[in-house]
Amino acid sequence: MPALPLDDAGPYVAGAYLVFTAIILAYVAIMASKLARIERELDELEKLTEPEPEPEPERVEAQ
Amino acid sequence: MYGRGLRFLSIASFVALTVAFALVFFYAPNDADQGFVYKIFFLHVPLALVALGGFVAGGIYGIKHLRSGRREDDMKSYVAIHLSIILGLATLATGMIWAKASWGHWWVWDEPTLVAFLIVFLLYSCYQPLRFAIEDPERQARYAAVFAVIAGAFVPICFMSVRFAQASVTHPRVLDSSGSLPGSMQLTLLVSLGAMVLLFMTLWKYELTSKHAKAQLRTLKRRLALGA
Repeated sequence: MPALPLDDAGPYVAGAYLVFTAIILAYVAIMASKLARIERELDELEKLTEPEPEPEPERVEAQ
Repeated sequence: MYGRGLRFLSIASFVALTVAFALVFFYAPNDADQGFVYKIFFLHVPLALVALGGFVAGGIYGIKHLRSGRREDDMKSYVAIHLSIILGLATLATGMIWAKASWGHWWVWDEPTLVAFLIVFLLYSCYQPLRFAIEDPERQARYAAVFAVIAGAFVPICFMSVRFAQASVTHPRVLDSSGSLPGSMQLTLLVSLGAMVLLFMTLWKYELTSKHAKAQLRTLKRRLALGA
């Protein structure tokens, strides 16, 4: 086949590079959402393991 | 441990990809036969080479896992294969677009290189269903490693047999003809390949870090459940 003119070839080239970018971005987005979930679960664990605040000693009123 | 150097790798791969794409569109000349469509070559070929390299790397880590029994090697093998499947999908998609533009068809069944790549891709598409069909983690890792080693050995054999068996081909021979590429095209191809390798390493490290964090979280939860 003869070489496509620039006007006709442009959409194919743009399409190929866009497909590549879309696949990589989708992968990164999925990984980022997984990491966000891990971070959320870690926060929950941290809250669970936080030591209970000690109760303040009762103040004895001077008579 | 896994996350160390991830920021540097991310920046390096972003810069390398930007430089590679700039070279593709502003430095490398249009091909005499194919014209502007040939710009897809600088994306499609590095993608294919890195995907195939990743499959072989998965096999090498599979061997390491079988020898040492370490979970880390199994995880490295799994992530390398997982990423290579994604890059393989991108290779097939960009290859089909290039084929449509230069041959007038989305797919050519009598072209051995295309069919060989599709066979390898479909073979590895069975990896995850096979792996997650096994519940016992030890057996899962061992069987997945055996699959990775056998399939990893199949990749170079498949492409060498394609190369030796055929006399005439439509698909360009990159590794043979790179010497005949003009200097500017050769440089662009090498930079694109380097950028793709960096991208693979970054994503590999990224996923390994995520998997490691998830495993640590699971261990913590188990310990807490035992302690409660």
